[in-house]
Amino acid sequence: MASIAIEQPGRARVGEATHAAKRAGLVVVGVAVFWGLWEAYRWIGETLGITWPFRVDATNMPHIHDMLAAFNKPLQPGGPTLLHYEWHWALFTAKEALLGFVLGALIGFGLAVLLAHSRILRRGLLPYIVISQTVPILAVAPMVVVGLGTKGVTPWISVAVIATFLTFFPVAMNTLRGLLSPDPRSLELMRSYAADRRSVLWKLRVPASLPFVFSALKLSATACVIGAIIGETPASIQDGLGGAIVNFNQYYSTGPERLWATNIVCAVLGLVFFTAIVVAERLVLHRAPEHVA
Amino acid sequence: MNDRPAVAISGLTKQFKAGVTALSGIDLEVQPREFISLIGPSGCGKSTLLRIIGDLIEPSAGTVEVNGKPAHRARLDHDYGIVFQEAVLYDWRTVSKNIALPLELLRWSREKRSARVKELLDLVELEGFEDHHPWQLSGGMQQRVAIARALSFDPALLLMDEPFGALDEMTRERLNLELLRIWDASGSTIVFVTHSIPEAVFLSTRVVVMSARPGRVAGLVEVDLPQPRTARTREEPRFFELVTEVRERLAAGGAELEVTA
Repeated sequence: MASIAIEQPGRARVGEATHAAKRAGLVVVGVAVFWGLWEAYRWIGETLGITWPFRVDATNMPHIHDMLAAFNKPLQPGGPTLLHYEWHWALFTAKEALLGFVLGALIGFGLAVLLAHSRILRRGLLPYIVISQTVPILAVAPMVVVGLGTKGVTPWISVAVIATFLTFFPVAMNTLRGLLSPDPRSLELMRSYAADRRSVLWKLRVPASLPFVFSALKLSATACVIGAIIGETPASIQDGLGGAIVNFNQYYSTGPERLWATNIVCAVLGLVFFTAIVVAERLVLHRAPEHVA
Repeated sequence: MNDRPAVAISGLTKQFKAGVTALSGIDLEVQPREFISLIGPSGCGKSTLLRIIGDLIEPSAGTVEVNGKPAHRARLDHDYGIVFQEAVLYDWRTVSKNIALPLELLRWSREKRSARVKELLDLVELEGFEDHHPWQLSGGMQQRVAIARALSFDPALLLMDEPFGALDEMTRERLNLELLRIWDASGSTIVFVTHSIPEAVFLSTRVVVMSARPGRVAGLVEVDLPQPRTARTREEPRFFELVTEVRERLAAGGAELEVTA
């Protein structure tokens, strides 16, 4: 009986290793296919003179190897390479996004705990939380930066607040669902032990909510990076990726590959955040395979 | 243990909001060390009765005392452990941590907890599985973890709501024997809900036969089979006589239903 029910740990580890190798292989293949499609479209487009939906030429679709080569070229004659700058911009934006992520996750979690304990609060507060997310972030961002600026808050922290705004919502909604997910029997069991609210929260509701929390954190991990980049643009903050995007947009016709290179850095930054959450989830969650989101 | 009844129920009635009378005029006394089975057709309120004893539901009228105190007080004092039809184990906890859950709530020290968990793993024969997660275990093993958890803080009373109802016949018979061994070793009183007549007769010292709509005690059957019960007990003529007696009482309860309806 025992031998049937139990997975062989050794075999599982070997399976995991080949699984990881397969996934890494798929990523490489995916990048190669994308590269191939991009260059093929560029080549066909230029030969046939495609102009719809946009004109295919070196300005609109720079070669991917040109984008990568741009990293190694100095931004100003005799100055450091673009990669050097991108690294510092990325760190700056990552700092904003990380603070926004942490604040958003904490606020979202706290809000969910509050809402989980009161039906009246759920009815009363939820519509406003939803409405908050329909406000265009581009319109609010300058107000937040200027408004907080007059209170003496440094601009990067204001941008983090904007990232928070995009982060807290998915966390709050999913955590709330997770906190309310335990079945009646699990709650009855706690009642039979005369467990108080706090114990029910920390020993049942919160652990039960973790798979939900992690799927929300994955959404938020990319949203906070977007939030930070968008927050920088209208506030004219020059130290991050958002500022760089605005700059390179203005000089697009003379050096399109720099904007594309910056886009790649943004994507990589989002991926780094996302991957960090996936790794954290692996370390924290030990659920039945079908329960892992 | 003193000689106060483990459970004393008098004049108990339960009406649900929709006007359905689930239980009506229940009087029942369970003595310490007894193994009582509640048996009846579905809808007779046997699970409701068990939940009222555990103060998980409030009765509409009547009194329930557990160990000489009101059921509510008894729940707050951790006087009973409960086992449901599903094991209701927490997925994120290992076997050990599931068993230790009530002990954590009772603020036992780490050392005391792990010593007690070791004893219980031994009692339910799950040594070597302490670090497994519930979803790595078979249904029967999960239910044994649930029993260990219910016994962890050594409650005087064990409430069991069709604990083996979802298991196959062979696992169920093996766990029946194990439960009797545990009952003997732990010295607790057990109130056991089932809809299996042979299971009720095999396990119990007394079977409470209930009738449906509204749930009522239709009869009590003393089970005078010798202790300890073994696999052979199920083959004795007296076993079959008692099974027949319980079955007839159940039928009588059903007949009464037809007259009143």
